[in-house]
Amino acid sequence: MEVLTAKYEFSDNVLKITLSGEIDHHSAKAAREEIDLRILECKAGTVLIDLRNVGFMDSSGLGLILGRYTHAKEAGSVLKIVNPSPGAEKVLRMAGSDKIIPIIHRKNN
Amino acid sequence: MKKVINETELVFSAVSENESFARCAVASFCAQLDPTLEELSDIRTAVSEAVTNAIVHGYRDSGTGKVYISCKILENRTLVIKVRDKGCGIEDIALAMTPLYSGDPSGERGGMGFSIMESFTDDLKVISGLGKGTTVIMTKKFSPFNFCSVDPKTI
Ligand SMILES: Nc1ncnc2c1ncn2[C@@H]1O[C@H](COP(=O)(O)OP(=O)(O)OP(=O)(O)O)[C@@H](O)[C@H]1O
Ligand SMILES: [Mg+2]
Repeated sequence: MEVLTAKYEFSDNVLKITLSGEIDHHSAKAAREEIDLRILECKAGTVLIDLRNVGFMDSSGLGLILGRYTHAKEAGSVLKIVNPSPGAEKVLRMAGSDKIIPIIHRKNN
Repeated sequence: MKKVINETELVFSAVSENESFARCAVASFCAQLDPTLEELSDIRTAVSEAVTNAIVHGYRDSGTGKVYISCKILENRTLVIKVRDKGCGIEDIALAMTPLYSGDPSGERGGMGFSIMESFTDDLKVISGLGKGTTVIMTKKFSPFNFCSVDPKTI
C-alpha cells in the first residue's frame, strides 16, 4: 500500500509542500494535522502544494486541499496548487476547485 | 439481460485501510479489458468514492461492518460494479446526490463523491433507505479494444 508523505521547504516567504503517494480518506486523515501545523508555523505569504507525485486522489484529497486552503487563509497565507498529476487535476477541475484555488503548471520545481 | 463474461466478488471490513485495497483489486480485475490509463484512473476513483462513503457514512467510521463489492464484465466491454453496505442508509437520496451536499458535520468533506462517481462512469444508481444500508451500482463502458497494444506472445 502506498503511503502519503509530505516534504516541506520554506524560503523567501514561500512554503512549498510536496505531497507524494495516494490521497484518500485514510491517508488524508493522517496528513491533515501535520500540514496545518507547518502552515501555522511558517506564516508564509504563499503556500504551494505540489501534486506531481500524487498518483491517486479522490474527493477526500479534494477535502484535504480545500480544508488547507481555508486554514491557510486564516493564517494569512494564499494557497496554490502546483503541477498536479493528470488524475489529481481531473478531480480538482471536475469539482471546480480551480475557481477558488489556482492551479499552476511550471517546468522547474 | 446481457451475458456475464466474467465476475468477481469481494468482502472486507469497513476500515479505511481497505479503501486502497478495494480500488486496486477492482482495477486489477479490469486489466483484462485493456483499459486506457484514464479509464483505469476513473474506475479507481469511482470505487474509492463508493467504498469511502460506505465506511465513513454507512458505518459512521466505526470500524465495524463489512463492505461488499461485486464486479461483472458484460458483453460490449461493459463493467458493472456494485458497492453495498449494511449501514445506516440514506433518507433522501436526491439530496445526498446533490453536488456539494455533505451530511458530514466535520467540514472536511466537499460533498463531491456522488458527482465524481457520476462523471467518471456512464451510469450511477443508488438504492438506499434509512436503516436498510446502501447499494451503489456503477456502469462503465470501455473504449474499443486498442490493437496497438502488442501482445508479447505474438512477438
Ligand atoms: N453509503 C452511505 N451510507 C449512508 N449515507 C451515505 C452513504 N453514501 C453517501 N451518504 C450520504 O450522502 C452524502 C453525500 O455523499 P458524497 O460522497 O457525495 O459527499 P461526502 O462523502 O459528504 O463528501 P466527499 O465525498 O466529497 O468527501 C454524504 O455526506 C452522506 O450523508
Ligand atoms: Mg463521499
